[in-house]
Amino acid sequence: MYRSAVYDEPLLNELESYKKVCETKQNTILPNSLQRKEKICIPNLDETQIVRHFLHLSQMNYGVDSGIYPLGSCTMKYNPKICEEIVRWDNFANTHPYQAPETIQGNLQIMYELEKMLCEISGMDHFTLQPSAGAHGEFLGMLLTRAYHESNKDIQRDEVILPDTSHGTNPASAAMAGYKLTEIPSTSDGTVDLNILEKTLSEKTAAFMLTNPNTLGIFESDILEISKLVHKAGALLYYDGANMNAIMGKARPGDMGFDIVHLNLHKTFATPHGGGGPGSGPVGVKEKLEKFLPTPRIIKDKKGDYGFDYNYPRSIGKIKGFYGNFSVLLKAYIYIKMMGGEGLKESSEIAVLNSNYMKKKLVESKKYEMPYKQLRKHEFVLSCEKLKQEKNIRALDVAKRLLDYGLHPPTIYFPLIVKEALMIEPTESEPKNELDKYIDALIKIADENPETVKNAPNNTSVRRIDDVGATKNPLLTWKMIK
Amino acid sequence: MNFVPNSTIKNNMLKETGLNDIDELFSDIPKQIRVKNLNIPKGLTQQETEQKLRELANKNSKITSFLGGGIKLHYIPPAVKSIISRSEFYTAYTPYQPETSQGFLQSMFEYQSIIAEITGMDISNASLYDGATALGEAALMCSRINQKKTFLIPQNISWEKKSVLKNYTKGPGIKIREIPYDNKTGKLDLDKLKQNIDNDTAGVYIENPNFFGVFEDDVEKICKIVKDNNSIFVVGVDPISLGITKSPGAYSADIVIGEGRAFGNPMDFGGSSLGIFACKNEFLRQMPGRIIGMTKDLDGRRAFCMTFQTREQHIRRSKATSNICTNEGLCALTAVTYLAWLGGNGLEELSKINYEQGQKLSKQISFVSGFEKRFTGIHFNEFVIKSKIDSNKINKELLRMGVQGGLTLDKWYPELKDCMLFGISELHTDKDIEKLVSALKEVSHV
Repeated sequence: MYRSAVYDEPLLNELESYKKVCETKQNTILPNSLQRKEKICIPNLDETQIVRHFLHLSQMNYGVDSGIYPLGSCTMKYNPKICEEIVRWDNFANTHPYQAPETIQGNLQIMYELEKMLCEISGMDHFTLQPSAGAHGEFLGMLLTRAYHESNKDIQRDEVILPDTSHGTNPASAAMAGYKLTEIPSTSDGTVDLNILEKTLSEKTAAFMLTNPNTLGIFESDILEISKLVHKAGALLYYDGANMNAIMGKARPGDMGFDIVHLNLHKTFATPHGGGGPGSGPVGVKEKLEKFLPTPRIIKDKKGDYGFDYNYPRSIGKIKGFYGNFSVLLKAYIYIKMMGGEGLKESSEIAVLNSNYMKKKLVESKKYEMPYKQLRKHEFVLSCEKLKQEKNIRALDVAKRLLDYGLHPPTIYFPLIVKEALMIEPTESEPKNELDKYIDALIKIADENPETVKNAPNNTSVRRIDDVGATKNPLLTWKMIK
Repeated sequence: MNFVPNSTIKNNMLKETGLNDIDELFSDIPKQIRVKNLNIPKGLTQQETEQKLRELANKNSKITSFLGGGIKLHYIPPAVKSIISRSEFYTAYTPYQPETSQGFLQSMFEYQSIIAEITGMDISNASLYDGATALGEAALMCSRINQKKTFLIPQNISWEKKSVLKNYTKGPGIKIREIPYDNKTGKLDLDKLKQNIDNDTAGVYIENPNFFGVFEDDVEKICKIVKDNNSIFVVGVDPISLGITKSPGAYSADIVIGEGRAFGNPMDFGGSSLGIFACKNEFLRQMPGRIIGMTKDLDGRRAFCMTFQTREQHIRRSKATSNICTNEGLCALTAVTYLAWLGGNGLEELSKINYEQGQKLSKQISFVSGFEKRFTGIHFNEFVIKSKIDSNKINKELLRMGVQGGLTLDKWYPELKDCMLFGISELHTDKDIEKLVSALKEVSHV
């Protein structure tokens, strides 16, 4: 039986020695006009108290190291420990971004080679490592799209098209770059509707954004026709790489006709999610877009020395300070070096096999339905609609009940075109017995007393949370608690 | 060790799945685009990997660095490293399932609390990518709030931030206007600010201390100009300085941003980074990024969850306040553990040491003939030195002696020919300073 650690862990400012907090002295080191006069109310605690506080908190948290974490479209695979250790070496961690290039040849070589390896994996011509996350990469992709059309004097293109299965970041990123959004409905197969796409494309279209395989886990088999239609209309084809873990070594977005691609190193390339970041979302482009990529570019000269090149007059400039989340880049570099081309291909194969294995068992159980086309890639989306109709158990309830079994729930209520959706992505990291445990739990939950399921979770550090109350009465800092 | 446990039982699993060959799973990929192999060498063992990485690490050389530019080496307590190495924290996703993420959520609540505390703001989000993108988001937020389309910035902010800001504001067509600095003091030119601010000014941004390391001590006057014009006042801080200097809240800033890397995170070649973003409560619904709130569970126990999610992309899609999803969670966790370790007293002490180190170094460099402080304004732990000889030549010579000198500024500020931005922190010893000073003496005699 699973039981999470439960502590009534006080806030830092409620710990015993908080009384010492506001004893900070008035400093006189600065002239009066600059001096801080307010006290800094951060408690002054002993290291023992601090370590215990955060250790208790960590025990009330679930990560990939705790167990299976099959969040769809998030690729929660195992994060190798060797990567964590190497990034902490002084020779990497203590490098300053403005150091003379001759003193940072190691860093530059790693970034240079990582760009080349990402080109090979994705089939693109050039990469930039600057974006900090997938959404940041999408935003850069949209800025590159704009720069491209502007350079062609094609300035009337103010519209981006995307399918109704797209990730929420896609429309948000395009809107931030100033584009209007048009969402098109999927076919009864769960894929892009070529007729609707063709009708929607026009001389106003700047780009079509697509995830392939899409968020249902279905490979868009018409991708070559899609590419033809998009390019015939003069628009660019954008690849959201969130689902790249399905096809490494099997197919490449560059060969499918995509012009711009972002990859999520914190998904496909095994760098940890860190409870929400730091991530890294490198962007790859075809030759025709290279000149717009952010600066500096990393170059290798004839002597084999690495350096920065800022001499790209058509570059859009920068979208982040310095050169990207280097520590994340380094971890991904180490991961690729360990896996090799064959290992990456095998990862994708087994990720897809694990997903189809689970899908088959769960569909055969008849407890859950799976609308749309049956062959899936690394993830699949079940519906709890029947459970809801028959027993009033919703996807949310199933998710919360999984927590009682010590299993992390899948992504729920996404994509929006599946009712009561459970979006499951096991990844290649899980051994078969973990997959079986998860399958058994899902089947068992469907047969449980609905009250038990709707009352879950009970084995976690807290029970269901009043998130409406959190909005009605916002308590966002210590100061706001009275 | 290939991190793919089922690879050894692949055939059994295929059979159980009703398949004969793995390629049946990829049969829906058009034949023309299927690839056989990736042209990436065979994988290395962990031992080989470590050896290979050791070679690469050795291609970076250890040097004594006095580079400024908003990023410096700071001390990181082992307790902080130990806490953030708990893999329940670092291998977790964004806390979409709060019942099993209370540890991270409470930590982020504490992070928000401490950031609000030191900046003097009401609220903080749970991090953005970095200081530069925080500036971009701040400009967008100002324009969302008051629908105006011009954003004023000091001429002397880092070129990196300027470029990021330009890209972030391109979509909605916000115009960026630069306010010159006073050539003598290095502070913002208030007359120029008055001349440039107008009805269309959504917000005004200043940095304190600014990119030249100089403190803006006329902040009340600046604030009055901004507020009289009904514009939003955005202040960028070096958070380490807040231990001894006035918090922006004390001079009525509306939004405070900054780069929080220095709070326990290594330099890491400029990334990972930590975008600090705090503001007044009245702007809560316009704020970008994730926010953690305190609430109760079914049994009435204290609990934490993500809140005001209707601002965010996964709910609002194209109408979201920002596209940000993955942020810099672990760097924020690092910051809160570091600040807890320091405590209020420690932060004040650290701030003081950094200020004193800055004074000591600038004084010693100005004693060397041929070098002088370029600006008269009071500075923190960075400052600009003007040299009589070619600054690029100086840095080349210094490098030969194992010292990385200040950042040469003429590439981005042509008017600051032979000027260098030096930086120092609590980690520099008197010996390091001596090494730099004697090297400078030697160079200036050549």
